Amino acid sequence: MRQSQLREHSRILGMGAFRPDVIVTNDDVCQWIESSDEWIRQRTGIVTRHRAGADTSVVDMAEGAALEALEKAGIEASQLGAVIVSTVSHPYATPSAAAALADRLGATPAPAFDISAACAGYCYGIAQGDALVRSGAAEYVLVVGAEKLSDVIDNSERTISFLLGDGAGAVVIGPSDTPGIGPSVWGSDGSKWDVIGMTHSLSDVRELSLAAEAAGSLSAAAAERDEDGKKLWPTLRQDGQSVFRWAVWEMAKVAQRALDEAGVKPEELAAFVPHQANMRIIDEMIKQLKLPESVAVARDIADAGNTSAASIPLATHRLLQENPQLSGGLALQIGFGAGLVFGAQVIVLP
Amino acid sequence: MASNEEILAGLAEIVNEETGLAPEAVELDKSFTDDLDIDSISMMTIVVNAEEKFGVRIPDEEVKNLKTVGDAVDFIANAQA
Repeated sequence: MRQSQLREHSRILGMGAFRPDVIVTNDDVCQWIESSDEWIRQRTGIVTRHRAGADTSVVDMAEGAALEALEKAGIEASQLGAVIVSTVSHPYATPSAAAALADRLGATPAPAFDISAACAGYCYGIAQGDALVRSGAAEYVLVVGAEKLSDVIDNSERTISFLLGDGAGAVVIGPSDTPGIGPSVWGSDGSKWDVIGMTHSLSDVRELSLAAEAAGSLSAAAAERDEDGKKLWPTLRQDGQSVFRWAVWEMAKVAQRALDEAGVKPEELAAFVPHQANMRIIDEMIKQLKLPESVAVARDIADAGNTSAASIPLATHRLLQENPQLSGGLALQIGFGAGLVFGAQVIVLP
Repeated sequence: MASNEEILAGLAEIVNEETGLAPEAVELDKSFTDDLDIDSISMMTIVVNAEEKFGVRIPDEEVKNLKTVGDAVDFIANAQA
């Protein structure tokens, strides 16, 4: 028998973004929670977030970003050897968003699957895409981070909902003559499973619905909270302080390892693209990593909020649009979030 | 091992670095949130810097019990003992 032929290098060939057009300002948010524009800017750095309308799905946004990535890469969808979508807000446990996306793009019968790694999902996707291309399992891989988080939030909830936005970012990974994706430093810590996540499970929804139906008030149950403050539909929540501590001090070490394993010094970086969770996490990470001022830092969060799996590709896309001279330079990217999970790598910007 | 006075002075330095507050404003009976206007994110930064400076471990669940500067000084002094 034979095994597939290995390739030495891979890189990102092209990148695309989709930003939905509903803009939610801090003043909008203040109608739902008691806060102020100033407080939100100071604590989070967020000025607006984009959200998708009722008629725009995760797959729609993924398609928008993917079409641009394919065009920029100069690759036809039919050449794709795999389609990966990282998402936690595709509203079907099965079938996957990736299978629908592959079909829409004309990539069928490419293997297609979703990754559930929250805000680390894009970096997990890059780790997978890189491995598939270099192992010879696929020649070109589409990796998309796509989220419609507005479907899984409760606007009156204070820990996370006001931070979140919708959107999608995509890249095509393919063979390269030179190194284009550094070693992935990725992992998980399930002992902190309950630090960020959904308020309750789908099994709980079934129980709550049956109870409400028996009491003859299913529509009321959907709108109101039960005695534990839960709505029928599960939404996201987090323990912000614990997450902040983990994100800054543990994740700075992970980012440093990604640099070390790639053999790259901070001063050799053109850009730093951390997951866009909170401007203060970004600022503190820069301090911990001692990044020189020559490194461009992605701060898409001010406009886009936290878009989970979409945040790194969206932020990279904006950085390249505003600073085209960064193309070909090295970027350190790191994603971290619910799981807890994390992933980081140094990449060559397309 | 640091005395309570040394811990207070060290904490005041950390608070000053994070918030710009004058070190002499950091007194034992002052509340971090109500008197010093320190938010939850700054508090975490102060906690992590204090851990490093004093060589102690302050678990997440303990942080919410540290309401005043005095609470933090006592916790650090006990953790060092």
